[in-house]
Parts: sequence; C-alpha cells; structure tokens
Amino acid sequence: MNGSALWRALRWLLLLLFAAFFLLPLAALLDFSTKVPGTDERSGAAWQALAQDPTMTEGITTSLQLALLTVVGMVVLLVPTMIWVRLRVPAASRLVEFLCLLPLTIPPLVIVVGIKNVYAWVNYLVGDSPLTLAFVYVVLVLPYSYRAIDAALGGLDVRTLAEAARSLGAGWSTVITRVIVPNIWPGILAASFVSVALVLGEYTVSSLLHYDTLPVVIVLLSKSNAPESMAAALASILFAALLLVALSFLDRRRRTSEGK
Amino acid sequence: MSDAASREVRGATQGVAVEMTGLRRSYGDVHALDGLDLHIDPGELVVLLGPSGCGKTTALRILAGLETQDAGTISVGGRDLSHVSANKRDMGMVFQAYSLFPHLTVLDNVAFGLKLRGRSRAERRTRAGDMLDLVGLGTQKDRYANQLSGGQQQRVALARALAIEPSVLLLDEPLSALDAKVRVQLRDEIRRVQRDVGTTTLFVTHDQEEALAVADRVGVMKDGRLDQIAPPAELYSTPATPFVAEFVGLSNRVPARVAGEIAEVLGTRVPVLAGSATGAGLALVRPEAVSFAPDPEGEARIVSISFLGPVSRATATLADGTEVLAQLASSAGHRLQVDDRVRVEVEPRPVLVVGA
Repeated sequence: MNGSALWRALRWLLLLLFAAFFLLPLAALLDFSTKVPGTDERSGAAWQALAQDPTMTEGITTSLQLALLTVVGMVVLLVPTMIWVRLRVPAASRLVEFLCLLPLTIPPLVIVVGIKNVYAWVNYLVGDSPLTLAFVYVVLVLPYSYRAIDAALGGLDVRTLAEAARSLGAGWSTVITRVIVPNIWPGILAASFVSVALVLGEYTVSSLLHYDTLPVVIVLLSKSNAPESMAAALASILFAALLLVALSFLDRRRRTSEGK
Repeated sequence: MSDAASREVRGATQGVAVEMTGLRRSYGDVHALDGLDLHIDPGELVVLLGPSGCGKTTALRILAGLETQDAGTISVGGRDLSHVSANKRDMGMVFQAYSLFPHLTVLDNVAFGLKLRGRSRAERRTRAGDMLDLVGLGTQKDRYANQLSGGQQQRVALARALAIEPSVLLLDEPLSALDAKVRVQLRDEIRRVQRDVGTTTLFVTHDQEEALAVADRVGVMKDGRLDQIAPPAELYSTPATPFVAEFVGLSNRVPARVAGEIAEVLGTRVPVLAGSATGAGLALVRPEAVSFAPDPEGEARIVSISFLGPVSRATATLADGTEVLAQLASSAGHRLQVDDRVRVEVEPRPVLVVGA
C-alpha cells in the first residue's frame, strides 16, 4: 500500500519533471516572442508579422511542401521495396537495412559536400526550385522511416497473407495496397511523422545549398527581428505537435470505420 | 464408391479433374519433387501424406502457382495451368499458418475474393454469409481475426477459400496448428463441407490418422514421388511398399519365411502381399493382428502394457529378443501383467514381407 503510494508519487514527480523540461523552453519562447523589446509591455506584433512577412510565409510554404513531397517520396520508395524484399528476396534484407541506415552514419556536412555536385545536375535537369531538396530529404529520412516500417512489417506474417490474397485472385499491386499497407498503416504513419518533423527542422543541408526553408528563414530572421523568429520557431513546434495528434486521430478513425 | 454415390445424392458434382504430370522441382541439391504424377478425379478429396521433406507441400504449392516447377505440367479441368500465375488459377487455399487479413472483419475476409471479382456488395454479403453459415460461424461475421480461436480462424479461412467457388480446394496442413480435440472436429467438418460443395480437393498432411479419416484416396509420398496411392482401407490392408506399411499405422517386424504365396510367421501360415521378398525375411505385421495368450510354457514375455481406453497395447519379447507390439481389447489387456509368459498368436491376414 505504502509502496504503491510512493510509486505513484514518484511517477507524478517524474511526469512533472519531464513536462517542465519540455514545456519551459516553449513557455520561454512564448514569453520572448510576445514581449516588446526593452519594455515590459506585451504585443502580438511578432505573431502578426509571421503571417505578413513574405519571406516567412514563403519559408513556411516551402517547408510544408517539402514535408509533403518527402513523405510521398519516402512511402513510394520504401514501402513497396521493403514488402518486396520480405516476400521475394529475403537475402537482400540486410543490404537494404544497411543502405537505409547509411545516411545516419555520414555527417550532414559531408553529405552536402558530396551532394552539391549531384545538385548541379538536378538543377540543370529539373530546375532550381527549393522543392528539389526533397531528393536529399528522402535519403535523410530513410534511417528513421525504415525502422518504423520494418517494425510494423515484423509484426505481420507478410508471406502467408500475400499468398492467401494471391490465391484469392489478387495481383501484386492489390496485395500491397489492399492487404499489406492497411495492416502496417500505423508504421507508415509513424514513418511519415518522423519525416515531417525532420524536414521541418532540417537546417544544414538547405542552408548550405542556399534554399530558404523555414529553419533557414528563422535563423536569418533571428539576426534582425528576434521576437518574430522565436514566434516562428514556437509556431513550427506547435504545428508539428498538432500534426502528430491529427495523424493519430486519422489512424483511429480509419480503424473504427473498418468495422462497418 | 460410396463417396461418389453420396455426392450424386446431394447433386453437387461440379468438381473438375486435376492432372499433374512429371513434376520436378529442386532446391539446390535437394530434389523436392522427382517426377511426381498425380491424377485427381472431379470432386475427389486426395490427401498427400508423408514425412517432412517428402515434397508434399511443394506439390501443393506448385499446383497453387505459389512455386514454379522445373519441369512437368499441370492441367485442371482440361486447361493447361503450368505457367499461369497464382492469382489467375482460381484455387481456394487454406494455409497451416493463420492467414486471415487482420484489418478486415470475418465477413469482409470471406468476401475479399468476391470483391476482387467485381461482384456487387449485396451479392458479396449474401455469398459470404452463406459460406460462414456453412462452416458454422454465421454469428461471428463482425469479429476480427484476433477475436477468434485458432479453430474458428481456420474455419473462416475455409469459408474464404470456398467463397470464390474455386475449381480446386487446396489445404496445406490446415489443422497442424490446432490442439488435438479441435483438430478431430475440424477435420470431420472439412470432410462434410467438401462433400457438400463437391469441390475437387488436395489436402496435405503429415498426420496419417488425419489422412485416413478424410481422404477418398491417400497418396503416400517419399523422396519427391508417390510410393502408393489408394483408398485408405486398401492402403492400410495392402501396403505396396515397406515404407507405406511402416508410415501408415504401426507395424511389427517379425522374422518370417516365405514359400510361394505363404509366409510362416511365428508358427502361423499367412498369405503374402505382392511385392514381398522370398525366403527368409521380416514380415510387417499390424499390432491388431497380434494377440498374446497367457501360457506358462510360452516363449515370449510381456515387457510393457499401456492402457489407452477402449484398447490396450502390450509389448512382449520373443526368445530371440525381437519385440512384438499387440493391440488388444482392454478386457484382454487386463488379464496380462508385466513379466507374464505368453504365447504369441498371429491372425492370418495378408502381410508384406521384406528382405531381412
């Protein structure tokens, strides 16, 4: 009895500690972004400017588009590949895992130096849009997405399910889209979320390749208008958190609606 | 024969014939199939029986199109399917591993194949519901696979396989993952359902009791080919090879001497089966053809008795050290005790004699 009460108290204490650890910096951001520099007054000017500053809105749009493109690219590249490897060439699974984890072991700076040469060609072929960053981002998110999808696939007897579907008349694309994907959907959502979070926060590559994504704009702005850059930072964190909640709701809705 | 008759009574003989000819398949140095020939009559249930690695599952998977043969042909209902892909073969399959789609309800699982065939929603629901009624799960249609027992999942899998009105039903050790009691129930149910719908069926198992219980004909496989294929009773009473005699049911190996059509086994003259050795050899005698008579002068001695309910099994050693197993009515078994002296008697049923 006594022990469990102590245990509960300890749990609350830990929860509060962690909450403070995460929330204090956010509160500080909010505090700073609503202050009028040099006075004790409060103002929403920095937040208003977020929506009005064209560099900022452009940075936000670019980053959101990049996040979307990266998720789509990652899902289209990774999901069929991983299912295929599991079904047909299990011997290659080590190789695929190694390739997917590789970006983690190479420092971003090195990637940028290497990729600059490639980008000369990319820019030549598909133009100089900041959205071309999606190519690098798909590579950068591979290690995290791979883990999430691999875990989901690991909980499934992919081979038997695929064979059952095929014997019922399903072609390979139907097997993947109607049988495997619905069952690894939570894993795909997790992979997508990690990708979105990573793209919204990625600074090194975009800054060194001279593209104005949200993090680059925030850093630039912090040198001229600190409160606005803090507001943007907080907004992007809140946005990412909202996205997580939305995605998990999407997952729950889908599950209950299957019952009909 | 009686099977064909009962099918006709039910008016459900829409099955088609299956013809597998000269099938070969190797994995590296291992010949999983070494020239398998198998014919299945329309509406017939054939069981492939054999030890693990004998090629029975490979044969079924090749028929399903899930694996490709190195050589040989497959034809179903006169149509050559040798190189048709699995999703166009129109075969229903039940797997050893649970294979229901976890994200779909029982009803949607059964309707899955119909949906792929573009049937209307109403038709899918009716047909899937009928199939679930057929396997006794009509009330469970809104559940998910993880809410069902293993036996229920396999019933749903059977309903799902039959819903598409397959030309051939393939059962790949569907009962192996279930516990003993459910296994017996479900195998009888599979047999009943198969008779009802009349679909030509290939059933693969390593369990000889299961094979004998459900089959119209049992094919015993060894090293990638058929050793013998025959109705269960025939397979049991007149095994064509020593392997069949010993794999199907229990057999004693008792010294015997063959002269012409007759073997002398433990003092009894017994007819021999075709394919037997001549001269001195070992007769493969079924335990139920052996009995032990208490006799203080007997040359054999009881070494163990086990009570199995309606029957008992007793083992005795002969003077030369040979062990003989007898299956006795339990009433007879009660009269014996370990270390009793007994006389071994053999019923004059035909036996297979192999070279010593």
